[in-house]
Amino acid sequence: MKEIILLKDGEIVLKGLNRRSFEDVLKKNIKFALSPLGRFEITSAQSTIYVRPLSEDIDLDEACERVSRVFGIVSYSRAAVCEEKTLDSVLQTAPVYLEKTLKSAKTFKVEAKRSDKRFPYKSPEICRELGGMILEKFPHLTVDVHNPEVTVYVEIRDFGAYIHCDPEKGAGGIPVGTGGRAAILISGGIDSPVAAYMMAKRGIKLTAVHFASPPYTSRRAEEKVVKLLQKVSRYAGRMTMYTVPFTKIQEKIKDDCPEELFTIIMRRLMMEISEKIALDNDCSALITGESLGQVASQTIGALGCTDEATDMVVFRPLIGMDKQEIIDISYKIDTYETSIEPYEDCCTVFTPKHPRTRPVLKYVKEAQEKAGFAPLVDEALQNLKITYISADD
Amino acid sequence: MLNVYLYATEMYGGIDLEHYLDNSATTAVSQKAAEKAYRIMVENYGNPSSLHLKGINAEKELESARKSVAAKLGAQSEEIFFTSGGTEANNTALFGVAQAKKRRGNKVIISSVEHSSVIESAQKLENDGFEVVRISPNENGIITPESVLSEVDENTILVSVMCVNNETGAVMPVSDIFSAVKDKNSEVICHTDAVQAFGKIALNARRLCADLITVSAHKVHAPKGCGALYIKKGVRIVPHQYGGEQEKKIRPGTEALPLIAAFGVACEEFKIEENYQNISELNEYARQKLKSIDGVSINSPENALPYVLNISAGRVRSETMLHFLEEFDVFVSSGSACAKGKPSHVLSAMGLSRERADSALRISFSKYNCKEDIDVLCKCIETGLSVLAHR
Repeated sequence: MKEIILLKDGEIVLKGLNRRSFEDVLKKNIKFALSPLGRFEITSAQSTIYVRPLSEDIDLDEACERVSRVFGIVSYSRAAVCEEKTLDSVLQTAPVYLEKTLKSAKTFKVEAKRSDKRFPYKSPEICRELGGMILEKFPHLTVDVHNPEVTVYVEIRDFGAYIHCDPEKGAGGIPVGTGGRAAILISGGIDSPVAAYMMAKRGIKLTAVHFASPPYTSRRAEEKVVKLLQKVSRYAGRMTMYTVPFTKIQEKIKDDCPEELFTIIMRRLMMEISEKIALDNDCSALITGESLGQVASQTIGALGCTDEATDMVVFRPLIGMDKQEIIDISYKIDTYETSIEPYEDCCTVFTPKHPRTRPVLKYVKEAQEKAGFAPLVDEALQNLKITYISADD
Repeated sequence: MLNVYLYATEMYGGIDLEHYLDNSATTAVSQKAAEKAYRIMVENYGNPSSLHLKGINAEKELESARKSVAAKLGAQSEEIFFTSGGTEANNTALFGVAQAKKRRGNKVIISSVEHSSVIESAQKLENDGFEVVRISPNENGIITPESVLSEVDENTILVSVMCVNNETGAVMPVSDIFSAVKDKNSEVICHTDAVQAFGKIALNARRLCADLITVSAHKVHAPKGCGALYIKKGVRIVPHQYGGEQEKKIRPGTEALPLIAAFGVACEEFKIEENYQNISELNEYARQKLKSIDGVSINSPENALPYVLNISAGRVRSETMLHFLEEFDVFVSSGSACAKGKPSHVLSAMGLSRERADSALRISFSKYNCKEDIDVLCKCIETGLSVLAHR
């Protein structure tokens, strides 16, 4: 029996004249996500995207799993394709295709959608016929139109007739790449991968910036970030990661700046460097995993000081979230377990005992200017390491 | 790469050899042992339990390895049970004895500086209702017989004290401890984790008064994934795995013959006295050289096993120095935990300050090390201390 995956477009159906270009990006993203599994034909019509496997041996379970992570899809169903677009074929296919599900259920109903009005039977007639057929084949079942355990969907569309059960929830959001580009500052903790995921969900294509301070931070910390980004890229697509050699800058901060301002000056320099990398990569925003009040560098005052270091707009999708809410998402996107591996990252190197929670921008800037970081920033930018991240590596 | 490394690499003129000084973590497999494993995998690959010739030949290899391991413990072949390594042997020993003796008593005594496979097994026993007593070492990191003896009573079923501590190299007076324990209560089972001592000092089960001894293959130039538990004849332990007759049901499952046979070969290659002499000289050389570096202090006691040397390097955190050294292909172990974790339980138990424990490094030798390794290590530590920021 031939199978197909039917995807329902999300928010993009609300777009006006741009809708076509949104759909094209979505199709491209689906194609990319499925490419390691084999060849598929991907077409769209009537706010539905049809994913047809082009060979028999394709693993459709895995394909559904992958599709469920593509942004821009509200729901998807794995469906059987009836051999012909006739009532007989529908009646033949449904009981066979759904045998297992129907056997283990007690109640069911049939719902038919006839978008091809040339089909000679109207929706209620299809329901009646198929319902009767199922009752005959599975006598233990009863019909319950309000709270059925199983709903059998029959869709009569332009290209054929399809049968499936309740659709699965998709990833939502809008297709990655339709929202522009932004650079995510990623540390290896719990928050930044979640922030990356959330902005990708709003259609943003990501470039990652990571700060490494060997030997204060271990090579494993960097590998951990690569692992996290691979997880994120299952949703966000391929991305480039820039590793900034940050040792000298951190050492200078420690040597030449007041201790209570270590973190805030470090954050400012990170912003400054990230902005430059972002500009080189056609990004028009920065993304951080900051959440208001979580640590000393994430108070209103501190964020104000950090923000001032860049002219770019800074997205902080976690700003109003509790730690537990962030953790919940990190579980969902499967980054939690990796995030909690105990390697030091540059944010935990040289942490002051009593960081300033209400820093005054004027003094921070003075301290930073007095130390003079420009040559070191340039040097760091010249020694960036580039890693290409793809979910299937 | 950062300039500081370039600078240092230039200074020391292209170090292309590696300097592996983490032999307490694991060792390189000797050529002969590796060849043995390879031959067994591709030629003599039979299952030792098979009835045909292929099986019999495999069994011969198994028994010859058992004999080699037994000989190095002054034991008989039938007292050696192969396991997947030291951790499994320690688990088998602790749970096996506890299970077998639970009707006689429920007190288990261990030292507080044991390997985590003993500490955590004991923790589990405690959770299951056993009384676990943990003996702290003295300031030299040594467990004294008196401190153990004062805890032994009628209710005691097991005493477990390691031969050599894995972090400091402190040698425990195991035979004194065990003979005193047996004098007080002859029913007590004595177990020693000899993973760090095996192949480095002469061990004899009878002289140690030990009922159970754990050894591991990969610390003695044999592959990982193999170890053995010596179980004195007549001592009963209850297995915690089921499903076959292998290893007299103590450790069922097809034997990892390539690893076991390589373990046997590695045992045959022991040159305990000769190596001890060389390593002692190396250790002394390292001590002198390291002591002369400003900021370095030695944590290992004077009479520790020369194979292990624990030091603290200035106020640079262990992990930082470790990664710094790794850039020059010098490999040591951080004798302690990272900033987020707790300092080493062993060094804390010895009463070392938090600061010293935080900068602890463990240098551990094997027969493959030479003075040049020490020279490079010292130069690199010296450089590290001057270029790395202190906490």
